[in-house]
Amino acid sequence: MSTVTSPSFAPGQDPMLRRRRTPLVALVGVAAVALGVAAAVCYGAGIGGWVLMLVMAAFLYLVGAFAVVNRIEGRRAARDRTWSTLIASAFILALVPLVSVVWTLISKGAERFDANFFSTSLNNIGARDPDGGAVHAIIGTLEQVAIAAAITIPLGVAAAIYIVEYGRGKFTTLIRFFVDVMTGIPSIVAGLFILSFWVLLVSPIYNNGQPQFSGFAAALALSVLMLPTIVRSTEEMLRLVPAPLREGAYALGVPKWKTILRVVIPTALPGIITGIMLSIARAAGETAPVLLVAGGTAAVNINPFNNNQSSLSLFVFQQASDASRFAPPRAWTAALTLVALVLILTVVAKLFARRNRISR
Amino acid sequence: MSDPGVDTPAPSGGGQLPRRKGFGAETVFRTGTLAAGTLVLVIIVAITAFLINEAVPALRADTANFITETEWFPNQTPPVFGIAAIAWGTLVTSVIALVVAVPIALGIALYLSHYAHRRVATTFGFLIDLLAAVPSVVFGLWGFTVFIRPVRTFSIWLNDYFSWLPFFGGDGPFGRSFLLGGLVLAIMVLPIITSLSREVFLQTPVPDQEAALSLGATRWEMIRTSVLPYGRAGVIASIMLGLGRALGETIALALTLGFINEITFNIIENGGNSIAANIANGFGEAGEIGRGALIASGLVLFAITLVVNMAARVIIYRRREFTESAA
Repeated sequence: MSTVTSPSFAPGQDPMLRRRRTPLVALVGVAAVALGVAAAVCYGAGIGGWVLMLVMAAFLYLVGAFAVVNRIEGRRAARDRTWSTLIASAFILALVPLVSVVWTLISKGAERFDANFFSTSLNNIGARDPDGGAVHAIIGTLEQVAIAAAITIPLGVAAAIYIVEYGRGKFTTLIRFFVDVMTGIPSIVAGLFILSFWVLLVSPIYNNGQPQFSGFAAALALSVLMLPTIVRSTEEMLRLVPAPLREGAYALGVPKWKTILRVVIPTALPGIITGIMLSIARAAGETAPVLLVAGGTAAVNINPFNNNQSSLSLFVFQQASDASRFAPPRAWTAALTLVALVLILTVVAKLFARRNRISR
Repeated sequence: MSDPGVDTPAPSGGGQLPRRKGFGAETVFRTGTLAAGTLVLVIIVAITAFLINEAVPALRADTANFITETEWFPNQTPPVFGIAAIAWGTLVTSVIALVVAVPIALGIALYLSHYAHRRVATTFGFLIDLLAAVPSVVFGLWGFTVFIRPVRTFSIWLNDYFSWLPFFGGDGPFGRSFLLGGLVLAIMVLPIITSLSREVFLQTPVPDQEAALSLGATRWEMIRTSVLPYGRAGVIASIMLGLGRALGETIALALTLGFINEITFNIIENGGNSIAANIANGFGEAGEIGRGALIASGLVLFAITLVVNMAARVIIYRRREFTESAA
């Protein structure tokens, strides 16, 4: 049962312990009585449905079980059992929304999961058209995430190298601290930052004085969000590389930078890739920054540097708040696609982590 | 930057070997990584600077008090907007989220660290991590199409029997409320609090736990006397990280709140707004002043989350120093 090995007597070794166990039948009995009373109260008095009945039954069971165990085994055992029940039920309670989300995603998302959805955009799709797809959004997501990754991976890995291999003293501690703090920056703030920096200040320079939305701006915002996670995970992986590997290289006269590039990084590579994939998965699901700096559009826009782009998450958001009755199915299918993309990345990343040669 | 560790270990013993001079590759590499590391600090400063730069003109144009005004009409002339109501919404939804999520998250963390079989714990720990990977827009979509139904039923029930409490008063309609937004947020912060607290609980020194058990403690008494005191700082930090996430969550709230600016204790009636949701929902029709106003509210949000996250990290760092020196 427990991960901590508790000193336990073999069954039958200590008659005292055996005699004082509460029989399972008693607990089942308590559960049945609790359910019966709850049903009688709820439906008899007409104050609620089956949910209230279950909640009330659970409460009555806790009280009843406490009383019974208290009688047979004593107060401390009763308290122990009550807390065990509460802790286990917290766990079950958390699975309810997870199951519900997955179920709705699959059942509602399947409706429009067809060839049309993956071959058309929303261009010229009116409120009465049942068709329309998310090609433009998928292209947007892929381009933005790819650009963001291309910007962030070298920067993030380099920053982690500095922290682990070169950094000493207060300045490094400061960087580490703010990397951690930066992981908590809300995505909407990252969006506002790129909006006020790139879209409103820089883009007018090359766009005849007019601020311009673009997929590239969205990629910049995603970079701000990805950077700390990549630094953090890479840093952890670099720390796991055994010192003798480095020392061996130094002993052969290899300069430090070459040691890092040829020995340290390859050793830590699987772990680094895992971290990168997790951060990409995270970035692919971000909506707010894309909304603020890429604007969204209904048509395919291949060029990430010019004019509005959409993304899958933004597509979900906009279709979800659209008035057309054909919009919600599109939103659900896009959500299903997005979650599939993110989960595949996450699961592959985690499986990849297991192959890590230096994993803990 | 003086750096004692940068030089490759000089060969010791005997005479000095002739040093091969490259083209300063080492210097270039080190400077490059230093620049990348410094970038993090630059970004934090840049966020503050650029947000202030855009916010100030709008704040100058504001004819109301930005702190105490509840309305948000930055696009009308004269512009009238203030952060009071949306900040209130951010606070209320985050409080609901934490009140609901913290006990459940700690329960799950304890279950995974001290109750479940190891293999079960690994599998379900993975499931909880997957919950964290689901994008917030999906929770938003689920929240306002599926989850709203039980929440609405629950709200009506609360209103029927507890309308004498200020939280559950009003006469409808119910559903797209602080309660819905808060509950969706609760689901979203749950995995963060769970995974960090679980890690902390697992670090409890085994001798402490065995000592408690050998003195005859039940499992719960062992947890209460050794695991919980040991993990307290870590749990507080994980809650604060969850709070940071809840404060900044945007899209899920933009889809589940009723988009009405008001300071109210009523959590079940349609309505409510939050700083982040207000930015996402109001950005489309914002003019120049409107945009600056939204950026000003974002600046406030940034400052609040920065403080919360820094506090959480300070706790974690202190704790790490403490545990490392103890080990």
